[in-house]
Amino acid sequence: MQLKSLKNRENELANAKRQLEILSNGIFQNEELPTFRSKLKTQNKFPLQPKPLEILQINIGYMCNQVCAHCHVDAGPDRKEIMTRETMLQCLEVIKQTGVHTLDLTGGAPEMNPHFRWFVEQATKVGVNDIIVRSNLTIITANKKYHDLPEFFKTHNVHVISSMPHWTEDKTDKQRGDGVFNASIKALKMLNEVGYGIPNSKLKLDLVYNPSGAFLPGDQAALETDFKKALSEKFDVHFHNLFSITNLPISRFLDYLIASENYEDYMYSLVEAFNPAAVDNVMCTNTLSVSWDGWLYDCDFNQMLELKVDSSVQHIRDFNKDTLNKRTICISQHCYGCTAGAGSSCQGTIT
Amino acid sequence: MSNTYYEPSDLRKFGNITEWNEELGKKFFDYYNSIFEEGALSAREKSLIALAVSHVVKCPYCIDAYTQDGLKRGITKEEMMEAVHAGAAIESGATLVHSVQMMNKYKKLSM
Repeated sequence: MQLKSLKNRENELANAKRQLEILSNGIFQNEELPTFRSKLKTQNKFPLQPKPLEILQINIGYMCNQVCAHCHVDAGPDRKEIMTRETMLQCLEVIKQTGVHTLDLTGGAPEMNPHFRWFVEQATKVGVNDIIVRSNLTIITANKKYHDLPEFFKTHNVHVISSMPHWTEDKTDKQRGDGVFNASIKALKMLNEVGYGIPNSKLKLDLVYNPSGAFLPGDQAALETDFKKALSEKFDVHFHNLFSITNLPISRFLDYLIASENYEDYMYSLVEAFNPAAVDNVMCTNTLSVSWDGWLYDCDFNQMLELKVDSSVQHIRDFNKDTLNKRTICISQHCYGCTAGAGSSCQGTIT
Repeated sequence: MSNTYYEPSDLRKFGNITEWNEELGKKFFDYYNSIFEEGALSAREKSLIALAVSHVVKCPYCIDAYTQDGLKRGITKEEMMEAVHAGAAIESGATLVHSVQMMNKYKKLSM
């Protein structure tokens, strides 16, 4: 398993333009498969436009203690992009103005941003209903200074959402790194101990399931049942909901698909599973993604592809809800990942 | 035409069989899809049965399809291999049980 980011290795797939080229060439260029744009057109769903903004997803840095094989952020210990307090203040101002109900903090490992705790504390004061922290779990056990995170989350009623690709050690470690499974179980137990994920507890702990390979996720409810049974019986670990998320063909997952000669089959699977009903609820219609340096994107994936919002307002400091709501959402073939089967978003399935 | 009898990408074209006989093709796929819904057996159990049978009938398309289906359902490799052994046991048992006939014939023809 690689321990460095694509960027650090100077891999061509660290280049967003190159990724977009790959996604537009080959089977899409020779019209073996329809582009996402033409697929939307046949469904009378083009162009894709936003509904009222509900969720602000803020990527507060690409630094992470893990180097997951499928990471669309290309995060890792060698990534130095970190949001400053100044940009965080601009985000808080926007939350106050817009009345978004959910603040979704992601990374990298968001907890590694030195201003993380300050930011969460400030966010609780500006009136969002739900503050999500996408925690990779192992950060809690990685260093003594993070051991009290469960207590910190509890104090601020943070909604914890964590990744877990399987309830078995080998599959989890192959995707997320050696030792990740056992560290994750330990962290889940620490969260359970302070009340997270216990049935009827108000301290929400949800898990995210990403397939650990070149296949689409199965039925979310069936997977949740299997995860709950296995984690509870084998480890006495509890959580609330399982969100199943499709891996989008960008960054490290795209690199994996190409290297393992699965790219074409995977794109066929995504296109064949296209579900028009999912298009109506894709997350880019009610979410805005903010990068560590304050730029605005339709989603976290577009952020990694450097596709800034198609609007005269492109930075959090210039935020204007009405202007942004008139924009057209930027799309490419990776978008098929969010419309396959039951659909996929950072909140799981969407149909 | 390909130079091999089996072309992995042909699996994607399975649905095209309805083009040459729409009525029967449609009946088959309706039946097929109904079989794999939740029933007295779970869809997960039926996926494992399908995987075992795929090996017994030695259909490479089916093996590709039901390995992928199993992965989607979170079925582990240990479960998959046990299912294949269950199929293999029946197949080898079917061979070996015929050896009773061999033994019978041997005895009948021997002094």
